[in-house]
Amino acid sequence: MGGREATMVLMDENGKRCDGRTVDEPRRIMIKAGGLKNADGSSYIEFGDNKILVGVFGPRDVHPKHMSDTDTGILRVRYHMEPFSVGERKNPAPSRREIEISKVIKEALEPAVMLEKFPRTAVDVFIEVLQADGGTRCAALTAASVALADAGIPMRDMVAAIAAGKVADTVILDVNNEEDQAGQADMPIGYMPSLEKITLLQLDGVLTPEEYKKCVQVGVDGCKLVYELQKKALNDKYFGNKGD
Amino acid sequence: MADKRKYVIPGDVVTTGPFRPEQNVILDGNKIISTTIGISEIYDDSVRVIPLTGKYIPKINDLVIGKVNSHTSLSWELDINSCYVGFLPAQDVFGRDFSAHADELATKLKTGDLVAARIANFDRTRDPLVSISDRDLGKIDSGDLIAISPSKVPRLIGKKGSMIQMIEEATNAAVTIGQNGWVVVSCESPEGLLKAKKSIQMVNEQAHVANLTDQVKEMLDKKGES
Repeated sequence: MGGREATMVLMDENGKRCDGRTVDEPRRIMIKAGGLKNADGSSYIEFGDNKILVGVFGPRDVHPKHMSDTDTGILRVRYHMEPFSVGERKNPAPSRREIEISKVIKEALEPAVMLEKFPRTAVDVFIEVLQADGGTRCAALTAASVALADAGIPMRDMVAAIAAGKVADTVILDVNNEEDQAGQADMPIGYMPSLEKITLLQLDGVLTPEEYKKCVQVGVDGCKLVYELQKKALNDKYFGNKGD
Repeated sequence: MADKRKYVIPGDVVTTGPFRPEQNVILDGNKIISTTIGISEIYDDSVRVIPLTGKYIPKINDLVIGKVNSHTSLSWELDINSCYVGFLPAQDVFGRDFSAHADELATKLKTGDLVAARIANFDRTRDPLVSISDRDLGKIDSGDLIAISPSKVPRLIGKKGSMIQMIEEATNAAVTIGQNGWVVVSCESPEGLLKAKKSIQMVNEQAHVANLTDQVKEMLDKKGES
């Protein structure tokens, strides 16, 4: 995406990144479960400067009816960026990019959600990006998974997500906006920590096979960190943090 | 009996070993994994998770409170606070000699009426079939409807009905609890009605508290004196 020439210093001589993080340090992450009264389940995530709100409805009747499936429930995901979420006003109409991310998140959640228990119904996930700063799809996927659990949709596992990448020839964890624009590679990873399965893996950029393996490893380790925070968010809401 | 109660979220391993997976758990290899947020209970040979959130899923023989949505010339459709609508055939109300020409469904149940019904049949291919032809079932004429979370219905009933019995005795109210989370309270005295409603809301909000029965009792007694 954009020009790849590294005009800004992405990594200084001490191994510190442009926002002062070390190579394997994620941004500050805060997840809150619940918060929306009218939704069946909801969550709010702050992932660095990303701020994302997710509402989940369902299982409920499918409209239009022809979309329903007699064998299983269906999952519908809408990822949407607010006009004020980025520097220059974004047209609120769904863009090509938003449609793609909606599909990608839907497919990353599908292995976790047990919709076969609710034939002829739909589960709707609405993701609103209030503020974007690189890595929104990972943050959105993380939050969507918490909101689905909050709604009581049966799931095989939570899905945690974070991006790994490569800047200044170094593999890093949690790519921010600057690193995404000017870096060499960006690899968002969605991961089910208990089942140890990857549900989302994209790659934008060029990596050698060794770097690729390292990136996946770094990403999976990062997802485990995110998972702990998802767990904490749900424990806080349901057990008053008495959970283990 | 239940030991090793644990708070779990989806993906948590409840236990490992030769157990029978019951509600809200799946078997993965020899690991038993929770599929919902809830409290896990391990019995002698089986494992289950009691959910703390989620919609009502109909089960055969459940008593539910339904609200009449609409009707055709042959059946009513009930809103049963679920992802499926309840289907109440006219024969169930008019008897076997029901005739679509002679009998008008609106004379028995109108849109908006509340009914106590039982889930007669339900499988994944069809909407749940409900029946009101039994004792204590049928149209509800009076009372206030309270909606609570369906996952908290067992808490409101209590062990062997202890919680609801206590509320009924203390307030002199008649409480009909639908498994779908809808509760109808009727009481002759307005104070009793208010008190009963308040205690039901209290159970709904504080279902996770350990000695809730005592707290509800305390609340009921305190109000009685004043």
